[in-house]
Amino acid sequence: MKPIIFLLLGSAGIFAGEAISGAVDKQPLNMSAIIMFLIFVGATLAITYWAAKRTKTAKDFYTAGGGITGFQNGMAIAGDYMSAASFLGISALVYGKGYDGLIYSIGFLVGWPIILFMVAEQLRNLGKYTFADVASYRLRQTPIRTLAAFGSIATVILYLIAQMVGAGKLIQLLFGLEYEIAVILVGVLMILYVTFGGMLATTWVQIIKAFLLLSGATFMAIAVMAHYNFNFESLFAKAVEMKDVTIMAPGKLVSDPISALSLGIALMFGTAGLPHILMRFFTVSDAKEARKSVFYATGFIGYFYILTFIIGFGAIVMVFQNPQYLDLAKQAVDGGSPILGGDNMAAIHLSHAVGGDFFLGFISAVAFATILAVVSGLTLAGASAISHDLYASVLRKGKADGLMEMKVSKIATVILGIVAIYLGIAFEEQNIAFMVGLAFAIAASANFPILFLSMYWSKLTTRGALLGGSLGLLTAAVLVVLGPTVWVDFLGHAEAIFPYKYPALFSVSAAFIGIWFFSITDRSESAQREKEAFEAQYIRAQTGIGAEGAVEH
Amino acid sequence: MKQEMVDRIKNDPDFLQLVRVRSTFAWTLTIVMLVIYFGFVLTIAFDPSVLGTPLSAGSVTTVGIPVGVGVIVSAFILTGIYVRRANGEFDELTAKIKRKAKGEA
Repeated sequence: MKPIIFLLLGSAGIFAGEAISGAVDKQPLNMSAIIMFLIFVGATLAITYWAAKRTKTAKDFYTAGGGITGFQNGMAIAGDYMSAASFLGISALVYGKGYDGLIYSIGFLVGWPIILFMVAEQLRNLGKYTFADVASYRLRQTPIRTLAAFGSIATVILYLIAQMVGAGKLIQLLFGLEYEIAVILVGVLMILYVTFGGMLATTWVQIIKAFLLLSGATFMAIAVMAHYNFNFESLFAKAVEMKDVTIMAPGKLVSDPISALSLGIALMFGTAGLPHILMRFFTVSDAKEARKSVFYATGFIGYFYILTFIIGFGAIVMVFQNPQYLDLAKQAVDGGSPILGGDNMAAIHLSHAVGGDFFLGFISAVAFATILAVVSGLTLAGASAISHDLYASVLRKGKADGLMEMKVSKIATVILGIVAIYLGIAFEEQNIAFMVGLAFAIAASANFPILFLSMYWSKLTTRGALLGGSLGLLTAAVLVVLGPTVWVDFLGHAEAIFPYKYPALFSVSAAFIGIWFFSITDRSESAQREKEAFEAQYIRAQTGIGAEGAVEH
Repeated sequence: MKQEMVDRIKNDPDFLQLVRVRSTFAWTLTIVMLVIYFGFVLTIAFDPSVLGTPLSAGSVTTVGIPVGVGVIVSAFILTGIYVRRANGEFDELTAKIKRKAKGEA
């Protein structure tokens, strides 16, 4: 039993019960895919070489020199956020369950407006390289940086494992490579991009990938719609005829109100607490470009989710029950109409159905590029937490030399890359459906509350942030472990101790209440100073006066 | 930032106006987004059949399709509304506050 990409790339534990059975069959070598993939790798390595020559200081390394425009950053954010999961996982979910796929993708989008209204500009005005800069702005550096770095690294590693395992399986399927070789290849390329090209190379890899993914998905959606004279009713009618009418209505994805709220909170506030996403706001010059980034990113991501919905339905009408894509061996055992490689391959098969071998190759290469772009962003964020927060701020008390800090960052990148490869291989056979869900839960329960309250609540103190943030982190982790995705599906117990799959409603509340309680009861002298420092911080957050890298007028 | 500058800016009527107007605006838009999204999710949790109703008699397309796409589009439009006002009104006010802070410094 191999729980495949579906589980890993897909985000919360929703996919837990849907492990695809049977070993992953390697596909025959796909030449057009390999050639296009090599072109992509060649081009991105050339960009890395170009970027390496421009990456001289720590600022260049972490923020691409701060000179990325709002539009470019919006595209890069979209490239960072639209993982192979969104593309293959959501189109597979639409293919399998219809409307539920749309509900799921909407959850991933609605965090963006909140990021814009509440976080983006203030983050740009207060921070330098990592979100911990903002969280610890007026609080004690050592405890807050350590907690924030821990939250970042935990999020990054959980997310990375899910991406690496998914990448290995996907590449095995698409290119016919061995799992281990695929994982090592992804890890090595990611290390090369990040260590040599830093944020500049990572940004351009993400921009190119976003462009390729959006173009490919647009072409597929148009090709599907052209078959139905661009009439949605005809497409849906045909899909209902192929499956049944339940695909047009909400199904079992969100069953009870508590889970619905909890999932919504995790997705919404988790997005606003993902370190690799928050870091992207430091690559632009000022608050204006930061807000433009979110506008473009929301547009690209929203457009992309609408495309995946059309692609999922396209796969129902063109791939489902199509003898060309039918997995005969599996059908003989399980019945039904399974497709080759499982539901995750729905979009890939559709690319073949609408564009032949050549387009199949293109989409396969795009899927690989997608993984590379996402893991590079993650690794850079993890390495920054280690070098900027732990090394430079905690260990060297802010007195680290910029070049030394950059060196530590590069070493951290290589180590994270090796850890990711190792864990990617170690977790090949594991059911790790809970990992991305846990990453979002931690981001929503530890990173986001501290960041948000540090910006808006004058009475926040170090003690409150430290205890409340830790409480949120622990609650999230413990409830995920005791919940159905780990306790039952991973550890094999019969019944879960905590009945809900998504802990965010409880853990986010615990964090906010904890931070509030331990802050207002903090009567220490340092707490008094921290409260007094809010005024100056608030003025800088609101106006950008004194902001790092702000344009002088 | 020096304390005297902090004191000056915090009493600057333009700063007070910027903060007041922008936070009201940002919170309003946030609440609109939360109401739209959690309204959508809770409708699914409490009464999924609403979204499964056909758009018109005999059609396959359900109410849920335009509603779902509408939530996506509304997220984009809300960011557009915010950015439009911030790029104009809020940035002008901010520039004015900065000029004053600099000029008198």
